[in-house]
Amino acid sequence: MTEVLDTGTALGRPIRRKEDAKLLHGRTNWTDNIQLPGTLHMAILRSPVAHGRITKLDVSGALSRPNVVAAYGAKELGDLNGSIPCVWPVTDDIFMPGFPALAVDKVRHVGDCVAVVLATDAKHAVDALEAIEVEYDTLPAVVDMEAAIAAGSPLVHDDGSNTCYVYNLGGGYEEAAAQADVVVKRRFINQRLIPAFMEPRAVVAAPMGMSDEITLWSATQIPHVLRVLLALVTGIPENNLRVVAPDVGGGFGGKLQCYREEILVTQLARKLGRPVKWTETRSEDMVATHHGRDQIQDIEIAAKSDGTFLGLKVTLLANMGAYLQIITPGVPLLGMFMYPGIYKMDKYSFTCTGVFTNTTPTDAYRGAGRPEATYAIERIVDELAAELGMDPMELRRKNWIAHEEFPYTTVAGLTYDTGNYEAATARALELFGYDELRAEQAQRRASGDPVQLGIGISTFTEMCGLAPSRTLGALKYVAGGWEHCTVRLLPTGKVEVVTGTSPHGQGHETAWSQIASSILGVPVEDIEVIHSDTGRAPYGMDTYGSRSLAVGGQAIKLASERLVEKARIIAAHQLECSADDLEFVEGTFRVKGDAEKAQPLGAVAFAAFTAHNLPDGVEPTLQAEATVDPEDFSYPHGTHLAAMEVDTETGKVRLRTYVAVDDVGVQVNPMIVEGQVHGGLAQGIAQALYEGAFYDEDGNPQNASLADYLIPSAADLPSFVTDRTVTPSTTHPLGTKGVGEAGAIASTPAIINGIVDALRPLGITDINMPAAPMTVWRAIQAAKAGGAA
Amino acid sequence: MIPVAFDYVRPTSVDEAVAALVAGGEDAKVLAGGQSLMPVLRLRMAAPSVVVDCSRIDEIRGIREEGDAIVIGAGTTHHAVMSSALVQQHLSLLAKATASVADPQIRHRGTLGGALAHADPAGDQPAAAAALDASFTIAGPGGRRTVGASDFFVDYFTTAVGPDEVLVDVRLPKRTGWGAHYEKFNRTAQAWAIVGVAATVRMDGGRIAEARIGLTNVAPTPVRARSVEAALVGAGDAAAIAAAAQSAADGTSPTSDQHADAEYRQHLARVLTARAVQKAAGL
Repeated sequence: MTEVLDTGTALGRPIRRKEDAKLLHGRTNWTDNIQLPGTLHMAILRSPVAHGRITKLDVSGALSRPNVVAAYGAKELGDLNGSIPCVWPVTDDIFMPGFPALAVDKVRHVGDCVAVVLATDAKHAVDALEAIEVEYDTLPAVVDMEAAIAAGSPLVHDDGSNTCYVYNLGGGYEEAAAQADVVVKRRFINQRLIPAFMEPRAVVAAPMGMSDEITLWSATQIPHVLRVLLALVTGIPENNLRVVAPDVGGGFGGKLQCYREEILVTQLARKLGRPVKWTETRSEDMVATHHGRDQIQDIEIAAKSDGTFLGLKVTLLANMGAYLQIITPGVPLLGMFMYPGIYKMDKYSFTCTGVFTNTTPTDAYRGAGRPEATYAIERIVDELAAELGMDPMELRRKNWIAHEEFPYTTVAGLTYDTGNYEAATARALELFGYDELRAEQAQRRASGDPVQLGIGISTFTEMCGLAPSRTLGALKYVAGGWEHCTVRLLPTGKVEVVTGTSPHGQGHETAWSQIASSILGVPVEDIEVIHSDTGRAPYGMDTYGSRSLAVGGQAIKLASERLVEKARIIAAHQLECSADDLEFVEGTFRVKGDAEKAQPLGAVAFAAFTAHNLPDGVEPTLQAEATVDPEDFSYPHGTHLAAMEVDTETGKVRLRTYVAVDDVGVQVNPMIVEGQVHGGLAQGIAQALYEGAFYDEDGNPQNASLADYLIPSAADLPSFVTDRTVTPSTTHPLGTKGVGEAGAIASTPAIINGIVDALRPLGITDINMPAAPMTVWRAIQAAKAGGAA
Repeated sequence: MIPVAFDYVRPTSVDEAVAALVAGGEDAKVLAGGQSLMPVLRLRMAAPSVVVDCSRIDEIRGIREEGDAIVIGAGTTHHAVMSSALVQQHLSLLAKATASVADPQIRHRGTLGGALAHADPAGDQPAAAAALDASFTIAGPGGRRTVGASDFFVDYFTTAVGPDEVLVDVRLPKRTGWGAHYEKFNRTAQAWAIVGVAATVRMDGGRIAEARIGLTNVAPTPVRARSVEAALVGAGDAAAIAAAAQSAADGTSPTSDQHADAEYRQHLARVLTARAVQKAAGL
């Protein structure tokens, strides 16, 4: 059962989000709403071919078009072209090709930037693209990963190899396999996805008056990291760059990036001395925003006949796309640690090969590596259960880490601090009606019902809270994983919480207020959370990887506590007592044992502001800051169950019931947690059933529009049954773990396991994602014809 | 994206609209509800010289009863069609097919005439119109003419409506008391039909006395499954319906795309025809 922890005045309450009234009333400030006088609008000519030499590029025709001010190809842009940075060179011998903002000589994916036009209005900029003369000598496209790394393949980058890197971890699987009674091997295809956030990317850059400052507004998740990278790429002194992420409409990792368009807009604003603006169309977004997933997973598990796991071997091909973006090579390695999941075993061998292809670059997408890993392990466990003739939940129970075994160091080298898989599973089974559904399944099988029923299980864990900086360093990531907070008590008793996290839909303004409120005793509505502007919130590592609460929350807690300690000294001075004699309750300092002598925090703040009578050595103003490097990752977990109906006559599947019991530790705001779980589930289920970005053999996108790239709506999903168990993290002072990605990580294998479970009597052992009706129907036809599915 | 620049006129009568189309020549385009045209313009897949906005022509809006028929103005919105008591009473199939179109926002702007004249093979209402033996009034420079459903739908996105003509209304014989069902097979609620089956039947003594069936997205134009209609007469149970539905794919010529190849579409036509008729017949 869910345990409700009473940890403070505002912590743990499902209060409504501060952000929502603004969103619902249209009082938001999207980047595209920014209209500066004299703005030039940028339009981009993109490559229509996946791989080709640019044999002619003449932008001069665009210059004679109405309202056009400038036009550039790589030649005209010269030194300003720059190279897009990748900050995660995962191995010493990784091949890191150049990545110019505008293609030089060669284009490498459909959507590659070739030239830009700047006009005084957007429509004339777009029209003038037609006046650019460009010719391509089309080259054979590299699309299939296995073909790409075979000898004789055409090269995406002439000066290197299609193999970006090979990364190995662990070893000894062969010993485990030698001792095993059963070995099960599978190849899973974790297909390419498009983030498809609601607000397309948008960028405005402007030189600011007499100063040397350039301000960049971008629909980004990472204003702080972007500022550093832009300074390095453009040569603009970092102190002259201000990056602002105004209201941002979703990201899912797709706005965790330093994009070509951000560099172009910044450089051209500086060069032309005028504001420059670019807002992408959805058509551009589908080919030029980085994609996610896209791995071929060969996985092998060795076990004893009683079901005891002995070892796991994972061999990945990970599609980098045409270029390396900010953390492209590292995404599969975030998954590397998670393949063993919640299970005990002795041996683990992991190899990942990063592969270049003539496709849109890949990078982080909700879960970033962990969904891929969770999919593979949760699928193979079901396959092993089938091989052993065991109930898949029983097999999991036999191998998972028991709650009394924590902290537990896994075969992949992570130390899980806490967990209670038994409790989450028990609650999920109770909500789901597992035994009743198994009985219905047997009945449908016996009667030959055209609609078969399957039960899908996913008992997952993941790692949140990127990240301990030392760990990142050991993985060759070139930045840290700390987070910063400054808390200021203003003279009028109001509070500013300055955070380095950068929300784009998560509800930080509400949740961070709740954390500060629980420590300062100030009402939530009196707290302003300042974020996403390097001018107002100068320090931070931004928002991704379910890190904001897990890491940023700690900084808010520590800064708030430090502020109280400073206030305590001033209050003691005012009340003429020792600081040790004061207790701080609900926002007021009281002298222990003397109810009459008290000083509210607001009065202390005013005294700190006037500074007329402060104790010796105490500086005026009441503020405190904290920069926290997390002790470790955090490990949310949960048990998800799906009841899948499969119409064997048409191949159409229906998700009938979905139960998600998550353990995300202490919940700051259960309503926000609920929203994150629902959204995550929708996205993970979408990978299983609906979404997939596909290319033909020439590298042409096959479904690069929202008419063909199917995103489910509420009408396509059932009402989710959710609950939480609460096992507080012991490595995170608030006991929180993070919840941004759990739903997306857990749900994909639950859905496919359910479909395969429904069809297993036919001999079907896998269904490729997305499990579209024709895909399922074809598998059924093949199985009925006696072929392997 | 931003459409290519075009001229815009907004007539208030059919005659004015025809005159505008004649003046605009081959590159003139009619705007009805805009739900298909605007995406095409924004993707720059069309670059009309002039857009003739017919949304303010009162005479092509509304639903009326004329003897044994219901006449629906081409500019009547999907929402008005599906919520009309006349349509629900006499043309249940059309009400149901229309209710499956896209989402409420689109159904409040998109029009029946626009959808029929656009003639998307994946559109839901052409198959219903075919099954309901619709006839179409078309106005042009030479006056008005009437075309039956079998002649109206010509090819992919092509109808009998010429470049200088406007669809005025759709006339549908009443099918009062007939059972009806539109079986739409799609991957998400807002996606186009992979295959759709529009079925309406008249029951007599627990058996099918008459049946009309139109198929969506199994050919360049909606297909009437006439052999199924004939075989259904006298059917009184699910097995008889399923047997009759076996010929549903006869005469179809489906395309193959990422969602479905031709073989699968033909298989779906048979399975879904049986289901649609069963539901329409209440058997």
